[in-house]
Amino acid sequence: MYKIWAIFRKDLIIEFRTKDSLTSMLFFGIVVLVIFNFALGSLHETIRSAVPGVLWVAFTFSGTLGLNRLFAAEKENGCLQGLLMIPADRGAIYLGKMLASFIFMLIAEAVIFIIGLVLFNLTVWAEIPYLLLVFVIGTLGFSAVGTLLSAIAVNTRLREVLLPLMLFPVILPILISAVEATDIILNAADYRALKLPLTIMTAFTILFGTISCLLFERVLEE
Amino acid sequence: MIEVRNLAKHFGRFSALRNLNLTVSDGDFISLFGKNGAGKTTLLRILAGLSRPSSGELYIKPSRQAPSRFIRGRIGYLSHDTSLYMDLTALENLRFYARLMDVPANAPALSERMKQVGLSGRERDPVRSFSRGMQQRLAIARAFLHDPDILLLDEPFTGLDSSGGDFFKDYLASARAGGKTCIMAIHDFRLGYEIADRLVVINGGTIALDIPKSSLNYEQFHEKLKHLLA
Amino acid sequence: MSEKSQPRMDIVLGLILFVGMPVALYMALIGAPTEKTMGDLQRIFYFHVPAAITGLTAFALNFVASLMYLLRKNRWWDSLALGSAELGILFFGMVLITGPIWAKPVWLVWWTWSPRLTASFILCLLYAAYLLIRKSFEDPDRKAVIAAVFGVIAFIDAPLVWFSIRWWRDIHPSPMLETGGLAPSMRPALGICVAAFLILFLYLLRRRFYLETMRNKVEWMMRRIDEV
Repeated sequence: MYKIWAIFRKDLIIEFRTKDSLTSMLFFGIVVLVIFNFALGSLHETIRSAVPGVLWVAFTFSGTLGLNRLFAAEKENGCLQGLLMIPADRGAIYLGKMLASFIFMLIAEAVIFIIGLVLFNLTVWAEIPYLLLVFVIGTLGFSAVGTLLSAIAVNTRLREVLLPLMLFPVILPILISAVEATDIILNAADYRALKLPLTIMTAFTILFGTISCLLFERVLEE
Repeated sequence: MIEVRNLAKHFGRFSALRNLNLTVSDGDFISLFGKNGAGKTTLLRILAGLSRPSSGELYIKPSRQAPSRFIRGRIGYLSHDTSLYMDLTALENLRFYARLMDVPANAPALSERMKQVGLSGRERDPVRSFSRGMQQRLAIARAFLHDPDILLLDEPFTGLDSSGGDFFKDYLASARAGGKTCIMAIHDFRLGYEIADRLVVINGGTIALDIPKSSLNYEQFHEKLKHLLA
Repeated sequence: MSEKSQPRMDIVLGLILFVGMPVALYMALIGAPTEKTMGDLQRIFYFHVPAAITGLTAFALNFVASLMYLLRKNRWWDSLALGSAELGILFFGMVLITGPIWAKPVWLVWWTWSPRLTASFILCLLYAAYLLIRKSFEDPDRKAVIAAVFGVIAFIDAPLVWFSIRWWRDIHPSPMLETGGLAPSMRPALGICVAAFLILFLYLLRRRFYLETMRNKVEWMMRRIDEV
């Protein structure tokens, strides 16, 4: 357990020292928002219904950028090898890396979200707790699969190209549900409809979290 | 005790190891010689549990199967790569690995380790600022933080200057006195001969020669090695 | 599939197909009664549905083979997984081609993002990614492991895709096999077409599997040559 924490802390320290991932994630996410702002410029009345989709596209793109970097530091000096030699279940490595990608994404999402509110002129004080719930579960599911696929991609020739090709079709269920849930929160009066998307998101996260944790070792062994 | 039976490792059409048999008793100090691509690194990686053999059996007693998490705690593997994080300081690197290896991670204990490898005073410098030789010293401290019984070394003298080399020879001598087992891939014939008490030559992915050092003096061994690797 | 029985069994299957395919074609195009409202257009249904059934069977087989490879680590399962993924895409490609041909005159659009269409499309994307992964690893053993991992993920993902878009309004005709809405006079034609497609799948799978086995054998022989 504390080993998971140690791996996570190490990633956090490196990130706050270099700021490699977060800056690129934030920059990219904000650029996506700006592009959508231009693309949807003429739809001022209906902008609120476009926001969920725009937000999650921005989150996904910036998250993918983060995942591309996730194992970069581990590859540089063969650090992954050092991690694989530790006397612990290798699932702990997975969980530590997943936690790191989850937190980085959540930080990026928070900033992108706030900037999105400003850019799209939204006021959402009352909805924030619900939105937070959706963001947390959605991001957790995203990094659950993303960490495993990132570990696969980092060992290939295509690397940055392969990751989105594998990732996007797989995360589609959680992405669609997250957009739907966000839409219900922002645009519908009845929050009971949240139950279905939230159930799918939770199921996705638990299912793929477990599978990834079990298969992670097989992916790294040569 | 390590026992390897009929070990083979293929990478598609290329076989890195084939039909390799090796029995290592506790306390053996083995130097592994061979040309580049002979399979030395592959063998060490399989012994370390980083790579799965394509076929064959591998026992690291008391375990009956391939290296598990418990066996991993007894193995120290020093590879070509230093496995150090460039953006962390030397001390942070050691502390991180100490936590993962269940070793006391307090600053005095780790500073002592730094001193052993001749790096005291550099604890708070990022590894990026280290020379290759210093990185190798730190990598040595890192790989053996948990005082493993089995040392797997892949060209450990790479990058070390003469004082670093002397230090590491002393380190190995004390490990040998402490009854540790060691398998070391090395390209320097004389150095390898000097350190080991058993000489193993790998050629074409299989054991070509396996003799105790006492059976040949260095000149005889050198002749034989040149002949084998020609 | 032992090597000796390979050609003989394939000849038998080939002969069945040689006779069966024209029969299936006859039944679909001439034998079956013309549908009341859509007319002859409905006949595409006899290709669309069997292809979908075969494609789903192929993906399910890929899942089983991937799982077995992870458990057994035998190349046999990997070859099976590869063959079924490729054929799954082939047959689902047929579904995605025949669908719009039918949809254009009936729905007046080639494509609509209805759940069934979306899910089929995503399924194809998932297995296209599977084949891409196979292309990006050189070492066959590594490739097999990673592909098997992704095969398992893809198949588990499929029902989640389906549930996540289920609430979308679906204008796709509901599966008549489930609802029993298919006229009894149309059933024989559909049955024969499904059987013909499944046999075709089996035949192609065996051929693909055979090719892959040959490749593995060549790989093994090249290693032997190196060693000698």
